[in-house]
Amino acid sequence: MTNAVQSAHDTTIVVAKRSKLRRLADNKTLWRGFASIILFILIWEVGSQSKDWFGVEVPFVGKVPPPSEVLAIWVEVVQRPGYWESWYLSFMRVFLGFFVAMIIGIPFGMALAVNKYFRDIFFPPFEILRPIPPLAWVPASIIFWPTTELSIAFVTFLGAFFTIVINVLGGARTIDVQYLRAAQSMGATQWDLFRRIILPGTLPSIFTGAAVGMGITWEVVVAAEMISGGGQQSGGGLGFFIWSSYMGGTLAQVIVGMISIGIAGYISSSLIRYIGYILMPWRRIF
Amino acid sequence: MAVKEKKSSRKTASPAVKGRGAISIRNVTKIYDPEGVNIMAVDNCSLEIAAGEVCMIVGPSGCGKTTLLNVIAGFHSLTSGKIYLDDELLCGPDKPLADQGADRMVVFQNGALFPWKSLLDNVAYGPMVQGILSKSEALDKARDKLAEAGLIEVADKFPGEVSSGMARRAEIVRALINDPKVLLLDEPYRAMDALTKSIMHEALLEMYDRTKVTIFFITHDLEEAIFLGDRAVVMTTRPARTKKIVSVKIPRPRDYKLLSSEQFRLLVEEAKEAVHEEAIKAFEAGERELA
Amino acid sequence: MIAWGCSDFGESSERVSKLRQSEWRRMSDQAISGNEVSKTDMAPKGLGLAWYQLKKNLATPAPYLMVFGIILWLGTYYLLTEGWKVPRFEKIPGPVEVIKEFFSYDPIWGTSLFTEDFHENVYVSCRRILIAFTIATGLGVPLGLFMGWSRKFKDYAFPILETLRPIPILAWVPLAIIMFSGFETPILFLATLASFFVTALNTMLGVESIDESYFRAAGCLGSKKHHVFWHVVMPGAMPFIFTGLQISVGVAWFSLVAAEMISGDYGLGYMIMDSYMVNKYVSMVMAMISLGFVGWGTSALVRWSGNQMMQWRVKALALEGR
Repeated sequence: MTNAVQSAHDTTIVVAKRSKLRRLADNKTLWRGFASIILFILIWEVGSQSKDWFGVEVPFVGKVPPPSEVLAIWVEVVQRPGYWESWYLSFMRVFLGFFVAMIIGIPFGMALAVNKYFRDIFFPPFEILRPIPPLAWVPASIIFWPTTELSIAFVTFLGAFFTIVINVLGGARTIDVQYLRAAQSMGATQWDLFRRIILPGTLPSIFTGAAVGMGITWEVVVAAEMISGGGQQSGGGLGFFIWSSYMGGTLAQVIVGMISIGIAGYISSSLIRYIGYILMPWRRIF
Repeated sequence: MAVKEKKSSRKTASPAVKGRGAISIRNVTKIYDPEGVNIMAVDNCSLEIAAGEVCMIVGPSGCGKTTLLNVIAGFHSLTSGKIYLDDELLCGPDKPLADQGADRMVVFQNGALFPWKSLLDNVAYGPMVQGILSKSEALDKARDKLAEAGLIEVADKFPGEVSSGMARRAEIVRALINDPKVLLLDEPYRAMDALTKSIMHEALLEMYDRTKVTIFFITHDLEEAIFLGDRAVVMTTRPARTKKIVSVKIPRPRDYKLLSSEQFRLLVEEAKEAVHEEAIKAFEAGERELA
Repeated sequence: MIAWGCSDFGESSERVSKLRQSEWRRMSDQAISGNEVSKTDMAPKGLGLAWYQLKKNLATPAPYLMVFGIILWLGTYYLLTEGWKVPRFEKIPGPVEVIKEFFSYDPIWGTSLFTEDFHENVYVSCRRILIAFTIATGLGVPLGLFMGWSRKFKDYAFPILETLRPIPILAWVPLAIIMFSGFETPILFLATLASFFVTALNTMLGVESIDESYFRAAGCLGSKKHHVFWHVVMPGAMPFIFTGLQISVGVAWFSLVAAEMISGDYGLGYMIMDSYMVNKYVSMVMAMISLGFVGWGTSALVRWSGNQMMQWRVKALALEGR
C-alpha cells in the first residue's frame, strides 16, 4: 500500500505507507523483547534441570525449580479457592492502608505546601521520622494495636504516607506563581485559589506519589504478611502464601506466589495510572 | 564519524579560500514518516550558496528550515535530491545520511554548551577529541580564541554561571575553533531580548570578518536577516520551498547604524510582503511551534 | 521511588534568592551598557556565604518554629507514653526513658550507646549496606548507562528487568535462602537486588533525559563513540544517577531491615525483632531511632558526594535561588 505524496512541482514522490500490522511486525523493539524473555526462560529451564539432564549442577540456579514445574503447579493452584482468597486479602490490605495514607497524606502535604507556619512547625518532625524504614515499625505496631490486621494496616499506611506527602509537597511548590497571580487579578478568593489552581496543579504529583506509594505498599504488605505469618497465625494473603509454601517445601509454589504478587502490583499501578488519565484530561496530549 | 584531515591549522584570520564552504542544495525533499502518516517537511528545494557567503534563511516557525539544516549537518537523512559541499557529495540517493563532522559546525537554538564543562573545556573539546591538538595545546588555543571574543575572564566558569549572551558567544567560539567550512546556526538568538541580540549580531559579524566562514543562518526575524546576511532566502510554510531571494549588497564591515539607513529599509520592504504572506499561512495552518 | 532522606526544601533560600534578584537587576543594567559582568563575582562565597545565610535564617521565624515543632512532637510523645499514661500508649517506652537508657553506662535492659552489642549491631548493618550498595551501584550504573545509550541493548535487557522489578523484594526471601547458603549471603542478595533495580532504572532514565542537542553537538565536534560516552553520557546522566543513588540507599536499608528481621543474627533489624521478642521495648525504640539516624546519614553522604562531583550543577542551581 503506497501513499503518493504530492509535491508542488510536477514530480510525485511515492513513499510506501505501512499498514498497522506491518508496522507491528517491523517493530524491532517488540521482537527483541520477546527474544530475550524467551532466552531468559530457556536458560532458567536448562539451569534448573541440568542436574537431572546432565548430572552437573549449576550454582544458584540449579536449586531453583524450573519454569516447566512452575507452570504445572500454577495450573493446579489457580483452581484452589484459597489462592484467590489470598489475592483478595492482600489487595484489601494494600488498598486500605493506601487509601488511608491518601486521605491523611494529601491534606497534610497540601497544608505543608500552602501554609508556611504549618510547614515550619510540622515538617521537621516529619523529616526526622521519615528515614526509619516502615518495617522497623512492625513490632512497635504490634504492641500498640490490638489486632494483627490493624498493625499491618498501620505499617502499610506509614510506608505510603511519607512518599505521598513528599510528592504532594514537591508538586504544590512547583506550581508557577503566575497562575496564582493571574487568578487573583481576576478576583479569586483563597478558597478559589485552592480549589481551582493548587488542587488541579498538584494532581500530577499526587498521582506520581500514589504510583510510587503503591509500590511501597505492596512491599510492606508482603513483608508484614511474611513476618507476622511466620510468628503467629495471620489471615493469609499472598505474602503468607509464599511463606507457607516455603515452609511446606513446595518450592515451585513459592515462585508462583512471587509472580502472582508481581502481577498484582502491576495491576494496582495500572489502575492508578488509569484513574490519573481520567482525572487529568489536560495531560492526555502527551 | 568522518573527520576531514586538516592540512594546516590556521591561527590568524585570513581571507576566504576560494571554493571553501560552497554548498549546493539540489532538489532536496524530506518526508517524515511518523506512525505511517507521511509529512513532507522540505519540498524540492534547490539553493546554491557560495563559499564565504552569509546566507540567511527566513520563514515562519515549523516550516522545515530546521530540517534542511539538519540534513546538511547529518542529523537527518534526505528522501531525495543531493547536497554537495565544495563539489564533494555530502548526501544523495545512495547516501541519504551525511556524516557528522567538524567541517559543518552547528550552533543550536537553545544552546548546547556542555553544562558540565567550563567554557574553556567546551571550546577546547573539538580539537582535542579530533586528535589534532594535545590537551594542553588545545587549552592554549581555546584561551586565545576566548580572549579574542572578549570572554577570557569567564573562561573557567560553567555555562550555568554565565549570562546567556556569553554562553552563546562561547558556543560560536567552540564551533569556529575547529576551522569549519560552514557554520550552521539554528535561530541562535531566538530566546534573547532585542538589546542582547544587537550585541550578539555585532559579535557574530566581527567573528565572520575574521574567519570568512560560510554561514547558514536560520531566523524568523527579517531585520536580523538583512542586517547580517549577503542574501536573505524567504521560505514558504511547510513544506519548505524557496519563495523569494533578496540580495543584500551592503559592504562590510557593517555596524548598527545601518539599521536606520534608507538602503536597509528598502531591502526590508522588498522582502516584507513575501514573509508576511507566509506568516499568515503558517498561522492559519496552526503550526505548532517547535520551540 | 522512595525518597528517603531527601530534604531539599530550604525555606531560607527564598530570601536569599530575592537578594540575588536585585543584584542581577543591577548586573543586567550593566550588561545593557555593554559591560557584562559574570553573575557569581558579586555574590559572597564560601564561609562568608554560610554565615550570611545563617544570619538571614535566624532573622526569620523559621528556625524557632522548627524548634517549637520538635518540642511539640517530643512533648506529645512524652505525655502520651509517660506523662498521662494513655492506655495502649503506656506499653511503649517514652522519650525520657529511652534517652536515659541510651546514654547510661549501665543500662537496665542491657543495651545503650556504650554497650558492645549495640556497636556490633550498628557496625554489621552498616557494613552490609556498604557491600550491597557498592555491588548494586557497580552493576546498576554501567547497565543503566548502556540501556540508555544503545536502543538495541535496551530492547534486549529492559523487558527482563521490568518483569522482575514489580516483584517485592521480600517475596525473594525464600528463593534467596534456597539459592545461597548461610545467613549473610541471602541478606546481602536482597539488599543488593533492591538497590540494583532502582539504580539501573534511574541511570537509564538519566541517559534518556540528556538533550539530543548535546549528542549532536558532540557529533559535530568530531567525537568518536568513546568520547561521547565519557564526555556526554556519563556527566549528563549524573544528576539522575545521584537522585537514584539516594533512593537506592533508602531502598537498600528497607530491604536490609526486613531481611534482618526475618532471618538475621546481627544488625539493627535483628535488634528490633529480638528486643521485641524478649519484651525489651526500650532497646527496640533505640534501634528504630538509630536506624533513622544512620539511614539519614547514608543518604546525606550520597547527596554530599553527588554535589562534590557535580559542582557545575550546584552553582547553576544556586543562581536560580534553590
